[in-house]
Amino acid sequence: MHKYVELENVNMVFHTKQGRFEALRNINLQVKQGEFVSIIGHSGCGKSTVLNLIAGLLQPTDGLLFCAGREIAGPGPERAVVFQNHSLLPWLSCFENVYLAVERVFSASESKAQMRARTSAVLELVGLSHAAEKRPGEISGGMKQRVGIARALAMEPKVLLLDEPFGALDALTRAHLQDELMGIMAKSGCTAVMVTHDVDEAVLLSDRIVMMTNGPAATIGEILEVDLQRPRQRLALAEDPHYNHLRSEVLKFLHERHAKAA
Amino acid sequence: MTQALIKLSVVPDAANEVAAPPVANVSVLTPAAAPVTVSTVAAAPRPGIQWSQLARQFAGWFLPPMFGLLLFGALWALVSQQSDGLPGPISTWHSAVALFSDPFYNNGPNDQGIGWNILSSLQRVGLGFGMAALIGIPLGFIIGRFQFMSRMVAPVISLLRPVSPLAWLPIGLLVFKAADPAAIWVIFISAIWPMIINTAVGVSKVPQDYMNVARVLKLSEWKIFTRILFPSVLPYMMTGVRLSIGVAWLVIVAAEMLTGGVGIGFWVWDEWNNLNVEHIIIAIFVVGIVGLLLEQGLLLIARRFSYE
Repeated sequence: MHKYVELENVNMVFHTKQGRFEALRNINLQVKQGEFVSIIGHSGCGKSTVLNLIAGLLQPTDGLLFCAGREIAGPGPERAVVFQNHSLLPWLSCFENVYLAVERVFSASESKAQMRARTSAVLELVGLSHAAEKRPGEISGGMKQRVGIARALAMEPKVLLLDEPFGALDALTRAHLQDELMGIMAKSGCTAVMVTHDVDEAVLLSDRIVMMTNGPAATIGEILEVDLQRPRQRLALAEDPHYNHLRSEVLKFLHERHAKAA
Repeated sequence: MTQALIKLSVVPDAANEVAAPPVANVSVLTPAAAPVTVSTVAAAPRPGIQWSQLARQFAGWFLPPMFGLLLFGALWALVSQQSDGLPGPISTWHSAVALFSDPFYNNGPNDQGIGWNILSSLQRVGLGFGMAALIGIPLGFIIGRFQFMSRMVAPVISLLRPVSPLAWLPIGLLVFKAADPAAIWVIFISAIWPMIINTAVGVSKVPQDYMNVARVLKLSEWKIFTRILFPSVLPYMMTGVRLSIGVAWLVIVAAEMLTGGVGIGFWVWDEWNNLNVEHIIIAIFVVGIVGLLLEQGLLLIARRFSYE
């Protein structure tokens, strides 16, 4: 399928206490099935708004959004979200947090034992089998974010939406989770849209990078095709001239053509 | 010692984080080995120091409240010596010993043991408070969850909440035509507000992140309630419950003074008519101690439910 996720002339206007705020103007984007697309831009440019629109958490003021040929009318488990602050329920163990999602999607078709096995499997996938019975308050930030990813993957979503998934983590943990995410995405073949402000992360993980202009009335400035071979190796890429070229393309867009007035 | 313990509990966790992924290489595993040697050194206890430390901790915990109570007793004794009606701590103590040696005698409706009086007061508070909880907590959830309901009942609540509890007594007497249900009604109406308001505030304070999770998962209203709303609101709800039971216990004495029957409030009034001031002072202590126990019991329950 060519256009798996599609945004057509999407406008978004918020009515705040300070008055009308036009966040997005004329967003047009198509994402192919199995593609990994990153949305990058300065903070406040509305990139999270785009993601929330695809998730269905927000309704566009104007324009149409489609996922797998159907119009997006609201949130749903076929578009799983990995939230920036992981949003795990602190009174449930890691296992129960993931199970809540599994139960919602598969309770009609599977037995309890099957759903439990599914939950264990996805926790193993993110390397957290040993922490399954721990509560979010008892594990590190990196582990929490992995549970968040596990919860999203466990729903077997059509599209995985990641909202700055590694933004709150330290650089080493972030690099580690990026590598893991690449492996998981390669295995699952899932379509993904990720919001980020990290240039390296965008180039490393994406098939295409959507670069957004500054708000208000932000729109898509350029789309960069990342034609690097997969699987990608972080260390090898650091020396790769093409990788560095792509990286500098994004940096030029962000810091020359659309520099943010501080 | 405590510092060392805290460090130890943190270190293995961090080691797990690094060692957890299946692709972890050997070099990152080494930090896990280092803290183990540290732990054996730090965990070795030195009993002599520990005992004296324990004794000092106990003294620090035990002595200040004791000083406070002694000072209070001394002031009381001093005041009672100057006044001719007020009994001192010693005579009150003797009177209390006599009173509590037979707490459950029954010489007809106007002369029963202190135990019966306390129990019947507790029963009224339990009934009034229980009904207030049964109605107030669900109402709080509904008000917190649905904007329309909140706007609808807000004016009524703001109007009725500041009314003094005893102002409700005549209405109770009129409607129920009996003193006992009227007293329970007063407890009910004064205990319900903190529970409604705290529960509703708790619901409105549920983090939007959790509600977004619920929306993405498209959870049913029942699942949202059991998995997200209820656990998240529980601490607020327990605060409301504690405030309510405090109010209920405050109000019962006044209500019973007016309605009569058996109960600690009526007993105070009865002993005033008998001019038995020792018993009035004992009643004040009893009310205080029972209130304290109720509060502590609920704190214990609240701590049991906290998830952090």
